[in-house]
Amino acid sequence: MAYSEKAKSFYDNTLKNIKQDGLFKEERYIESPQAANIKVEFPLGAPQKQVLNFCANNYLGLSSHPDVVKAAHDGLDARGYGMSSVRFICGTQDIHHELEEKLTKFLGTEDTILFPSCMEANAAIFEVMLDKEDAMISDRLVHASIVDGMRLSKAQLFNYKHNNMAHLEEKLQETQNCRFRLIITDGVFSMDGDMAKLDEICNLAEKYDAMVMVDDSHASGFIGKTGRGTHEHFNVMGRIDAITTTLGKALGGATGGCVSGRKGIVDLCRQRARPYLFSNTVPPVVVAASIKVIDLISNTTERRDKLERNTKYFREKMIKAGLDIKEGDTPIVPVMLYNAKLAQDVARDMYAEGIYVIGFFFPVVAQGQARIRTQISADHEFEHIDRAVAAFTKVGAKYNILGKKKDEIIAMYGM
Amino acid sequence: MSEDIKKMIIDYVKKEYLEEDSGVDVNENTKLISSGIVDSFSMVSLKMFLEKKFLVKIPDDKATPDAFDSANNIINLLKEYTKI
Repeated sequence: MAYSEKAKSFYDNTLKNIKQDGLFKEERYIESPQAANIKVEFPLGAPQKQVLNFCANNYLGLSSHPDVVKAAHDGLDARGYGMSSVRFICGTQDIHHELEEKLTKFLGTEDTILFPSCMEANAAIFEVMLDKEDAMISDRLVHASIVDGMRLSKAQLFNYKHNNMAHLEEKLQETQNCRFRLIITDGVFSMDGDMAKLDEICNLAEKYDAMVMVDDSHASGFIGKTGRGTHEHFNVMGRIDAITTTLGKALGGATGGCVSGRKGIVDLCRQRARPYLFSNTVPPVVVAASIKVIDLISNTTERRDKLERNTKYFREKMIKAGLDIKEGDTPIVPVMLYNAKLAQDVARDMYAEGIYVIGFFFPVVAQGQARIRTQISADHEFEHIDRAVAAFTKVGAKYNILGKKKDEIIAMYGM
Repeated sequence: MSEDIKKMIIDYVKKEYLEEDSGVDVNENTKLISSGIVDSFSMVSLKMFLEKKFLVKIPDDKATPDAFDSANNIINLLKEYTKI
């Protein structure tokens, strides 16, 4: 038997160690559409529980929006379920091209190419853009998919301290001899909810003749006054060379991603990007629904504006209640607990109170930076937010962390 | 000599990976990788720094998280490839 005792015990022990380290992840079964209010079976076999969802990337509340669902149904009827092909053989329909054009217009770029996910867009872009005589200069807190994508490129890797422009400038000076330099950053950082200083990054890029790539997965659709993304927020539209983003978060939440930017980069992706060449096309049903999403958010900023109001309301209430949240303007609001066990305990108690949130700790975030990452949605009403804040207040009082800052929480619970 | 190297590695780690207000003290035994001070992604730049500074090539299979986990471990690793 090829699956030997040696292999079996290796996998079993690895799993045992993950459990012992408290890092074992369990899935929770949601038995309703994605929304602010969901039905969850957790733990497995437990009775169904109605909870408020504060951990989805459903920023604009479009995941189950009736117009989006209808567009998906219509797309399914008109263009079928699957394409059984990669894009360049027989997997490109007219609607794929239409969505790419709409994304280009929405993001304010020159051209766009779809990928099955943003993870795959990030797996593709660095290998396409750069070679061994080039340098990738990346913020240290970029998303894991960017880290994996950079590993696939032969270019030399440099990274700078998170959002530290002086350190970035040092790296740009260190790499003057490289053929091309690409500054790489998230637009909104997924764990901290802060934004890259894109205006300063673009200034440095121009000063040192470097290109800029931004992953705007946690921004597209709602950051900036018309929701174009962090480049709109910082008024640097047209100065970003490549944007990667996802259709799997605010933009409908199903799947799919893209590279959008300079025409030459997008054209070369169509020729060379391995995840584009060797992975199936985005399903027609997702494409049809995504077209509707772009139409909806291009016509009105209503949902984006509501998200902004909700975010402000939640942040103010949480600060008033005495929770230690990371400052910022985005709907990613980390509630800092510093200690991994405390983060897990608080998340468990919040669930008992009917609020679905998740604790994050090392290695997902740095040691001693454990937190609960809450995410606000345009689907939330103020009443939902009031209930979440009330639950945080009750659970926070139980653990005596209200009004306490980092040092005091660490003094009580350790790092 | 090895004291100078220790200091050089510690100074580099402090400058490159820690914020000024981090309050983290680094000595030759401080865990660098397993503590999260240097994440596995940033280990690449630490390896590049060492290779440039000591004019050595550390094979990828020797550049393990364990071998980089403290200034002392790094010195032991470097000793295999150079006369320090």
